[in-house]
Amino acid sequence: MATRAAPLPQIASHRVERERRDWTSWITTTDHKRIGILYLATCMVFFLIGGVEAVLMRSQLAVPNNTLINAEHYNQLVTMHGTTMIFLFVVPVWAGFANYLVPLMIGARDMAFPRLNALSYWLFVSGGVVFYASVFWSPPDAGWFSYTPLSNGTYSPTAGQDTWIYLIHLTGLASAIGAINIVVTIATMRAPGMGWGRLPLFCWGILTQAIMLIVAIPVIGAAVTMLLTDRHFHTCYFDPRCGGSPLLWQHLFWFFGHPEVYIMILPGFGVISEVLPVFARKPIFGYKAIAASTVGIAFLSVLVWAHHMFTAPIPLVVLAFFMLSSMAIAVPTGVKVINWVATLWRGSIIFKTPLYFACGFLVLFTLGGLSGVMLAIFPIDWQVHGSYFIVAHFHFVLVAGAVSAVMAALYYWFPKMTGRMLSESLGKLSFWFQFVGFLVTFGIQHSLGLSGMPRRVYTYNAHMDWGTDNLISTVGAFILATGVLLTVANVVRSLKHGVAAGPDPWRANTLEWLTTSPPPVHDFDVIPKVLSVEPMQEIRAQIAGQSRAVDRQRAEARHARSVAAIVARSARRDA
Amino acid sequence: MAATHSPQRRHSPELKLLASIAFTCTVVAYVAALAGPMPAWAGIITPESGGSSNANSIAGLYLIVLIIAAVIFGAVAGALVLFLVRYRARRGHVASQVRGNTRLEISWTGAAALILVVLAVLTFSRLHGMVTPAASGDHAGAVFATVDQPSAPGGHALHIKIIGRQFIWRFDYPNGAYSYEELTVPINMTVVVDIYAVDVNHSWWVPKLGGKFDAIPGYVNHTWFKITRPGVFVGQCAELCGQHHAEMIATVRAIPLAAWEAWVGRQKQLIARAGVEGQAAHAKLNSQTGAAQVENP
Repeated sequence: MATRAAPLPQIASHRVERERRDWTSWITTTDHKRIGILYLATCMVFFLIGGVEAVLMRSQLAVPNNTLINAEHYNQLVTMHGTTMIFLFVVPVWAGFANYLVPLMIGARDMAFPRLNALSYWLFVSGGVVFYASVFWSPPDAGWFSYTPLSNGTYSPTAGQDTWIYLIHLTGLASAIGAINIVVTIATMRAPGMGWGRLPLFCWGILTQAIMLIVAIPVIGAAVTMLLTDRHFHTCYFDPRCGGSPLLWQHLFWFFGHPEVYIMILPGFGVISEVLPVFARKPIFGYKAIAASTVGIAFLSVLVWAHHMFTAPIPLVVLAFFMLSSMAIAVPTGVKVINWVATLWRGSIIFKTPLYFACGFLVLFTLGGLSGVMLAIFPIDWQVHGSYFIVAHFHFVLVAGAVSAVMAALYYWFPKMTGRMLSESLGKLSFWFQFVGFLVTFGIQHSLGLSGMPRRVYTYNAHMDWGTDNLISTVGAFILATGVLLTVANVVRSLKHGVAAGPDPWRANTLEWLTTSPPPVHDFDVIPKVLSVEPMQEIRAQIAGQSRAVDRQRAEARHARSVAAIVARSARRDA
Repeated sequence: MAATHSPQRRHSPELKLLASIAFTCTVVAYVAALAGPMPAWAGIITPESGGSSNANSIAGLYLIVLIIAAVIFGAVAGALVLFLVRYRARRGHVASQVRGNTRLEISWTGAAALILVVLAVLTFSRLHGMVTPAASGDHAGAVFATVDQPSAPGGHALHIKIIGRQFIWRFDYPNGAYSYEELTVPINMTVVVDIYAVDVNHSWWVPKLGGKFDAIPGYVNHTWFKITRPGVFVGQCAELCGQHHAEMIATVRAIPLAAWEAWVGRQKQLIARAGVEGQAAHAKLNSQTGAAQVENP
């Protein structure tokens, strides 16, 4: 393990009384760091549950006409897996990182509304509990976007669909409250000197994501309420038999659903923008371009929703508009990718696990972005929509994109959160399993989609010739799962046996590395003044300068003493 | 500024190399696109095609876009690997503290936008072959691929009404015949399809005959295809429609016109006979159990 020696003494706290550490303190806590850890731990549990669901589905599809899981259970797994990964893992995991890191990165002592912060965590947990309670009765089975009429009272009569609605309400409310908290925190609580042009790019990602949540969440909240009243109170928003429109649901859902995609990926972009410069030992290439493209993506993302509906009965001119807007969003995204690659140019690259995951992200996310451009072209979408090609595309974006970024963030900030390093060798092994496993699982699914296999089928006939590709994909899923488990093992092991990290193990750029690992309850003894976008550079230089001054003084004192001694000796000799 | 410009000049050979690779690939892509999609690739790296000309045009467009995408990916991944190898930390090597380069950044933003403009123009220029139905062999048809599709040259076409329901496809022919699961059509005739659903959303998709179009209750969707050789084309419902979604298979059988007319006649006879038999069975059941209990056959 090649951790560098702890840097020179820095501002750190001593003899501060710690909060009590028994379990009740975790329930009552309003400390942003503990809420962050609660979020992250809960998300890890849901991630593993969602992963088990994925592996079960892949096992069912490994061979044609398989009977491991029946049609009913397969549709339930499809719905649970999608809903879990999106609403109980990727969105809240960013809430966890944001909670922990944003106050530290902007030099604040907590979030703006600490109790509201705790409320949003407990709402999120309640959503997950309500949703998973349905496992004991009848889980929902209409897919994660619950298209009507399939999700209405006639075709999904069980309460499972209602638990899905409550999940959206509870986690949505949690996200909206959390988002307001984040926006207020970043707007008002930045350290002195931290103007908008010095805000870390991770915070730009989180801020933009929070604004998008505030825009998108009320729409889905309204839509699921309409679905609820359709199901139980005889309203008729979405039911064609009494004059409602199933297309209205699709519009409302995707008006939320597409911003949701960027809600899941923008914080990931932020992580990559933090990790690459630290391990390339040079500043991010084009800070302003990356911050501006984040905001640009957020704006465009509310104009592209109907590209999820290219095969619905919609006039051609509308399809053309949504094709052009969807293509437009590729420009800021492409700018980001090129700027990230340029950040490595002429650097001095240190190969640590977070950098592995960041580079894996760059390769795989670029593939997912390019297949996204293909899907934006609506005649092509007519062929591949609703097929395994789509499944491959959004897993490239959300697993290779968001999950790789989560992994990079975990390996990068784990030392800050726990005071211990994750094992590098286990981390790199985990990366290679995930990278290879991912490519094997989802690369081949493009072909499956192109050869006509629709998504969400619980089985397929042997004469369709999809057996080999599906078997390859299933093998890949097990490799990927092994990779994830290696990281879980790494986390569990390093919590106890990890090498002590010290305050700044990576020689990073942002303020969270100024304080101890883990930070004290009040985060910083002294809130530093921020002079640039990489405040730790100056602080380190300053400390080095101070310690050089101290050394000089000591040397001068030593010199003076020895001179005095010589003078005294010669005086004695003279005497 | 001088500090940021000099490295750029020093590394311009790299940029030139990347640019020339991109240019070469684009030329190759154009030539490949002129040659048309190779059937051997269909279903592996391009969509299925070969049944109807609209499917072929989509596959052709897909191939062009795929090649452009491959060139872009090659450039990005190539640069990434090159930088990772070349600029790994070494003793005595100091990272250059470049913070950006406005000219470079503007130029690659412009390049990205330009590529997308090219893709949009390519798509629009080829749209005609996908959405406007081809003329029928001896006849011609007026038809629609989306709700507001332009009309085709005047003449005949076979109008089929496709109805999706849990979990079977029904096909209504213009002359009163109908069938389930398998749609039989004559070759060389443009088939215009109106797509309906009676319960939940479904999606009509036979890959070799063009893209998929959703069947949504309360709406009518449209597409078309024209098959030139006898054959059987298989597809299945592409929108989750409930428990047996995976079993909602659709088959299209294309046969010569004379054989098709004979088939329609036979189908009508079968339907009539089944109706008579059904009535007989109904009457028998009524006499056994009392009519009141079997209102709904």
